[in-house]
Parts: sequence; structure tokens; C-alpha cells
Amino acid sequence: MLGGIGGRRRRGRQRMRWLDGITGSMDGTRDYSPRQMAVREKVFDVIISCFKRHGAEVIDTPVFELKETLTGKYGEDSKLIYDLKDQGGELLSLRYDLTVPFARYLAMNKLTNIKRYHIAKVYRRDNPAMTRGRYREFYQCDFDIAGQFDPMLPDAECLKIMCEILSSLQIGDFLVKVNDRRILDGMFAICGVPDSKFRTICSSVDKLDKVSWEEVKNEMVGEKGLAPEVADRIGDYVQQHGGVSLVEQLLQDPKLSQNKQALEGLGDLKLLFEYLTLFGIADKISFDLSLARGLDYYTGVIYEAVLLQPPARAGEEPLGVGSVAAGGRYDGLVGMFDPKGRKVPCVGLSIGVERIFSIVEQRLEALEEKVRTTETQVLVASAQKKLLEERLKLISELWDAGIKAELLYKKNPKLLNQLQYCEETGIPLVAIIGEQELKDGVIKLRSVASREEVDVRREDLVEEIKRRTSQPLCIC
Amino acid sequence: MADRAALEDLVRVQGERVRGLKQQKASAEQIEEEVAKLLKLKAQLGPDEGKPKFVLKTPKGTRDYSPRQMAVREKVFDVIISCFKRHGAEVIDTPVFELKETLTGKYGEDSKLIYDLKDQGGELLSLRYDLTVPFARYLAMNKLTNIKRYHIAKVYRRDNPAMTRGRYREFYQCDFDIAGQFDPMLPDAECLKIMCEILSSLQIGDFLVKVNDRRILDGMFAICGVPDSKFRTICSSVDKLDKVSWEEVKNEMVGEKGLAPEVADRIGDYVQQHGGVSLVEQLLQDPKLSQNKQALEGLGDLKLLFEYLTLFGIADKISFDLSLARGLDYYTGVIYEAVLLQPPARAGEEPLGVGSVAAGGRYDGLVGMFDPKGRKVPCVGLSIGVERIFSIVEQRLEAELLYKKNPKLLNQLQYCEETGIPLVAIIGEQELKDGVIKLRSVASREEVDVRREDLVEEIKRRTSQPLCIC
Repeated sequence: MLGGIGGRRRRGRQRMRWLDGITGSMDGTRDYSPRQMAVREKVFDVIISCFKRHGAEVIDTPVFELKETLTGKYGEDSKLIYDLKDQGGELLSLRYDLTVPFARYLAMNKLTNIKRYHIAKVYRRDNPAMTRGRYREFYQCDFDIAGQFDPMLPDAECLKIMCEILSSLQIGDFLVKVNDRRILDGMFAICGVPDSKFRTICSSVDKLDKVSWEEVKNEMVGEKGLAPEVADRIGDYVQQHGGVSLVEQLLQDPKLSQNKQALEGLGDLKLLFEYLTLFGIADKISFDLSLARGLDYYTGVIYEAVLLQPPARAGEEPLGVGSVAAGGRYDGLVGMFDPKGRKVPCVGLSIGVERIFSIVEQRLEALEEKVRTTETQVLVASAQKKLLEERLKLISELWDAGIKAELLYKKNPKLLNQLQYCEETGIPLVAIIGEQELKDGVIKLRSVASREEVDVRREDLVEEIKRRTSQPLCIC
Repeated sequence: MADRAALEDLVRVQGERVRGLKQQKASAEQIEEEVAKLLKLKAQLGPDEGKPKFVLKTPKGTRDYSPRQMAVREKVFDVIISCFKRHGAEVIDTPVFELKETLTGKYGEDSKLIYDLKDQGGELLSLRYDLTVPFARYLAMNKLTNIKRYHIAKVYRRDNPAMTRGRYREFYQCDFDIAGQFDPMLPDAECLKIMCEILSSLQIGDFLVKVNDRRILDGMFAICGVPDSKFRTICSSVDKLDKVSWEEVKNEMVGEKGLAPEVADRIGDYVQQHGGVSLVEQLLQDPKLSQNKQALEGLGDLKLLFEYLTLFGIADKISFDLSLARGLDYYTGVIYEAVLLQPPARAGEEPLGVGSVAAGGRYDGLVGMFDPKGRKVPCVGLSIGVERIFSIVEQRLEAELLYKKNPKLLNQLQYCEETGIPLVAIIGEQELKDGVIKLRSVASREEVDVRREDLVEEIKRRTSQPLCIC
């Protein structure tokens, strides 16, 4: 069985284009082979059990929304939305993320509070050639808490969840950068950034995790027309990162502490750090003034988790994976959907699972772990010809008893082929029917790994198979 | 401003004209022409960016799943997936859209129900209409000659929900298929076994699986005198026999579709029959039918199938029904459909009128349509109609989810009772001083002080029974 076709992304090489000519694979999308599904299921299990552990409910929404629902929510990125053809009915677009559908769901159902997760694919007409490794159809795992609560408690829980998930996935050390939209606003204001340049300066500052300050400054001054002294003032701030002590320090900063917005942000961050310390994760959190990521709708705390040392085999180039999760507070979005403009404050996070899939896939390959794609416990086999009837009867008994079993679709299969099938697919046991054994009322039960065989009475077979397979199956 | 208002009026009127034509089932050309006019008018209105609108609905024919509905869905999928896994199936997934060309020419008349994506300068795309064509494309693309796979995902059809009540435009399909060249009828029998296992496990009431064969239908129509050109349309009339009487079906065939009355009568002699393997035996002896090579092949395979189904212990649930003429063009052999016998209803409530809950068949020619060399990969499979099953299960479950946000202890306890949380770990000032947590059982209302360091252990011990939703 071919695995990984169209699904593996290697540095410097685009997805295998020879497939495109044959039968219509599409740019930026991929099938999930059974092997990739096994990886995906493993990753989702970890994520979902964490969400459930924190009491989240789950919802689902349609793959498309009314075009008007998505209009005006994504700023410049709106051009990346997939529209459906106007076929005479409503104008529709494929969802671009899970947050806007969530806001629409809250407003539509007049909900004022909910803690929900949503795992589903979203669609963006990115150019895969230009942004290497970027798919047009990809999974998002979102967790959001909507409602008016005492400050920073839900925000802290979101960060706790993010850390729990990334730890459980065992994909290496990570760091969560935290900042606040109000601190950014206030900081730019006191540095002298004109309101009109706010967004574009934000996006320059955000590049500091990839390029040097000199380059960022050049872009702001040279390309975006910012006054050099303003850029320098920004530089004094945004190159700083640290723990709660940095928060304290900035609360004392003569200029920043004059700015009401920045003070609000700093105060909330201070409270947040107290909660994160109680949650035992403060050592994973870094207050980073250069974090200026993301969509227009964040209104308070923003955060992004990055892997510190992408796992690589010796001598192999690091994956360059970057961000694996992100989120923040967005208090104004639901109000955009409510006719009376009623606000429902929200805070949430999104796990970048596609990157995590690749990392886990690579890890399994590196360890040369065999990933089983079925859970079959026993193959029902025959040792001689003309035993099909007996195989069918036996396998039916096993299925009715809840045992996972297969048989070859051959009337008279060779024993060797049946054993080989088990080795290829990882089936651990074979129940062999033979003429003599039939007369004796027994079935020969064989362990594929050890090759040991033992005669088991027909009536004891189900019990014996269950006993031997009661260890939870491990895929890896 | 006035111009715009006048233009909006024209758009509205034209939109109504298009809707009217569709309802009257006007010709495709006429509809296309009027739609083109509508699009031109809309284009004149220009883009509508930035105008705040309060659209609080999902698109027509689609719905959100609330947490309650998700609980039902998860329960149903668990049953279905564990059955698929029990039979050794792997799982795959494919994109929500396919190249338009991939879907073209596979669905006959139903092609007009396909959702297209707008031409935005790249490849022309359409949303998948089912999971079978993507499966065939996947097989051909990966040059696979055999696989046993399941696939659970949503598919998209621009049905008119108003006219066919309860029909969604976005809905789940649960497909299981076996591809490959094997000894006859073994995979086909396993598909039927799986269908029966699933429907039994779901406990949605008694069901029956009707079985027929495309070759028997073909042969039967041939010997009755149905012209080849009328085959498909006569098929669709015969298929209505599960809902209407033979008289009505005959009238449609003769009156509307121009079939000779004596041909209709001959068809009637056959299609009103259903039974077990004895009917297969009987037809194998039928003087006319046994002269037809195709029918003989079909009957022979059905006889073998019944042998296997007996060994699988499900023969009593299977009915060989000559009026089963369902489904898409691509079936080439055995076809089957499961129906609920007695839709479960509470006393006094109307039965759901659910009809078919699962269906499938053999389709040996589909993969070959995707292979450059036309290499065939025989396939047989089934599809579970989960949306109908969701409604049935939803009706049965009493679970309710409520939200409370008041921190008063009484309200916290009430929240537990309403949502089914079995334990409460209560923190109190005195207990904090004593280094204990009060652990309360919601069901029994008993409280016991547990040392802080023993709490995790104690909770795990008490919750080690698997939780039950119902």
C-alpha cells in the first residue's frame, strides 16, 4: 500500500508534480493515506482529550458560509477566500477559519457563554509555490471561551491548555510568547507611529523572530516611510522579552505608564502571570514585545507557541517549522454579527496541526516505527483446501463476539500467503482451521511474532484471543 | 441611489423568474439563459464589500451541529467505525473539492446538483458529490489494485430542500468499500454482514436488506421487451414500487413513458416478487429468464451470496427483491438497500417515514474510467445514511446540556446534576487549613474529606468505571 503520496513535504522541493498529470490532484490539497490517517488520529486524540479534560463542548459548522458572513472580517487576506460559483442561489464562500463561524454561531443562537472546541478543515487560496509548505485546505483545531468572566481566568486556562497539548505531543521543547494588543497600541502611540501606519508597522515588527532588527528598521524607515527616530524608539521596546519582571519594569517606564491603554494591558499581563505561575507553566511563557501577529480582530492578550529546537536527525536540516499554536482575546467580533451590536467577549487558541502532523510523521520515520493502519487482531486461515465454509462460520462467530478479524477472499488460499499477509499488515494472531483439528474440535492459534502454535478448544477460542489481545494495541 | 434601487428591483424580479422556471422544471437551456441575465444584472450592482449586514443564518440546506447533536453524532460514528475496524478496514480522507473534470460524466442527470467553485483563475473545482468517485480517483492515482477502506465525510448536493423534506445540501456519508479482484461474492457478502452488524448495534429498530442484481434487471427487462433506450427510465419507475402500488407504476410506465402495456404486464409478473434463496432457485428454472446469459450470471452469483450470508448468520435479514432498481449508473452487479421495518416512535407520535438507511452494490467499471490505460479494479461497497440515523437517535436520547455561571455552591451542585458530572471537589477555608478537600458524590450526596495529596488517586479510583452518556 502506498503511503505518504502527495503528503510529504521536503525542503526545497514542491509536492510531487508528476502526479498532477495523471488523474487530477489539486494544488495545495492532498489525500490522507491510511498511514497519514493513523498519525492524524494519534495527534487528534491527544488534542481532543486535553480539550475534554478542560470541560469543552464540541460543535461543527458547514464548510461554507454566506459570502456576506465572511465579508469585512479578514482585511487584506479577504482575497484568499474561495468563493462558490453563483449558480442562481445564495452567494457562498468556503470558511477561511473557525473563529468567524464561531462568532456567527454565538450570535445566531444568542449565546452569551460557551467553552467549545472545533476541529475542521479551512480553505485559503494561498499560493503554495510561494509559501512553501502551505496548504490551501488544512485542519485547524480551535478552542475558545466566550463570555463575560472575571479577568484573565479564561485567558490563563487557554495558555494552560496550549502547554498541556504541546507537552503531551512530545514534539520537542517549546516557548509561548505573550503580548497584548493594547500594549502594542500604546507603545506605538508613545513612540510616535501615526495611526494610519499602525497595521503596517505591526507586520514589520512581527518579522523580528525571523530577521534582525536592522532589517526590520530598514523596512520600516526605507519602505514604509517611518521617521528614523520613531523607529529607534520602537527598537528600544520591541527587542525586549522576559518574564513577569519585564511587566513590572514597563509598568514603571515613564513614557509607557502615561499611556492608559498600555497600562491596562500591562496590568492584565501581570495578573495573567500570577495565574500562570499557579498553573505551573510560567517558565514556558515569555512576554515578548515583538509579538505583533495575526488578524485584525484581537483586542487584548495575544500569544504564539514556537518550537525551540525542531527535532531533526543528525546531519539533517531543521524543519524550520516556526509557530505551532497561537491565539488571543477578541472582544469585538461577535458584536459585529449582532443587530444590536451586543458584545460577547472571547478568548481562544488554534493549534497548527498540519505542522505537527509532519513532525510526528518524520519522528516515526526516523525511528523506523511501523505504523499499523488496521486494528485487526486475528486472521482466520485454513491449512487445506475446501475449508471456506468453516472459515466463514468461525469469522462470523468472532465478529459477533466483537473480535477484530479478517480472512482472505480466496476459497482455497495457501497457508504461506495467509501468514505473509499477517506479517505485512501487523496482524498478531492467526486462527488456523485444519481438517484434523476440526475432527478434534480445536483451532490452532498461532502467534505471528513468536511463531508458536497452540491448540485451543473451539469453545474457548474467543476467550483466549481476548486474553492475548487485552494489552492496548500500540501503533508505534 | 434611485438607479441602484431600480437595479436591485430588477435583480429581485429576475431572481424570482429563475426560481419559477426551476420549479416548473423548465428546460436547462431556458434556465441557463435566465440565470445568465440574472448574473449580468447582479454584476451591474457591483461588489458589496464593507456594507455591514446582520446575516445570522447558515446557507440553505446546511446546519450547525450543537454540542447535543455532536454527542449523538459521536455515539453513532463510534458504533459505525468500530464495526469497520472490526472488519479490518483502513481509513482515508480526500479534499472537499475535486477537479471539475473528475466529477464530470459520473452522475448522469444528477450532475446539475453539483456545487461548482467560482473560476478565480486557477483550476476549475467542484465540491464532492459522494465519496465513491473520489475513492476511484484515489485508487487510480495511487495505482492501487486492492484496498479495504472506510471514509466518513460530508458531501454536497444542490438539492432543493423545500421539495424533498429533510434533505440537506451538506450531509455526512459513511462509506465502506473493498477494491480488488477476489473470488466471487466473498467481499460482497462481507459488505452485507457489515451493514447488518451496524444496523443491529445502533438499535434503531428492525430492518430488512433488499438485494437484487443489475444483470438480473437488465436480463429481465430484455426478455420482457423493454427497449434499451428506455432501460434507465423504466428502472426508475420500477424502483418506486416500495412507495406506490403496481397500478400506479404501470400507469407511469405505459401512460407517461410510452411502454407497451403487454411489456409492462410481463415486468409486473417479475418485479412484484421477493423472497429468500428459494426465489433465486425458482428464477433459475424460469423458462425465459434462464435463456438470458446476464440474468443467469446474476442469479448464480446471488445463489452463492445467499450461501455465504447463511454462514454469516444473516440470511433471515435479507430479501431478494426484484423491484429494487435503485441508484446511480455505475452499479454493475449486486445492489442492496436496507430499510427500517418499523420506524421507532413514541406512543402517539408519527413514524419518521425514514425509508432507506443504508445502500450499496458492486461497481466494477468506475476505476477504469480514471485509469489512462482503462485498467479495471472491481469494487463493492456500502454507504450508511447517517443523517437519518442521527434524527432517530436524537429523538431517543434525553440528554440535555445547560449552562450555569453562578459560583454559589448550590448552583455549582445544580450544574453537576444537570450536566451529569459525578463528583465535586469542594475547596473551603477550613479544609484548606486542615490540608484536605471535601469530595462529594453528586448521586449519593455523601461527602468525605480527602487529603490533598490523595485526591487525584481517589478521583481516579472512583471514576474508573467507563462513563455512560445515557
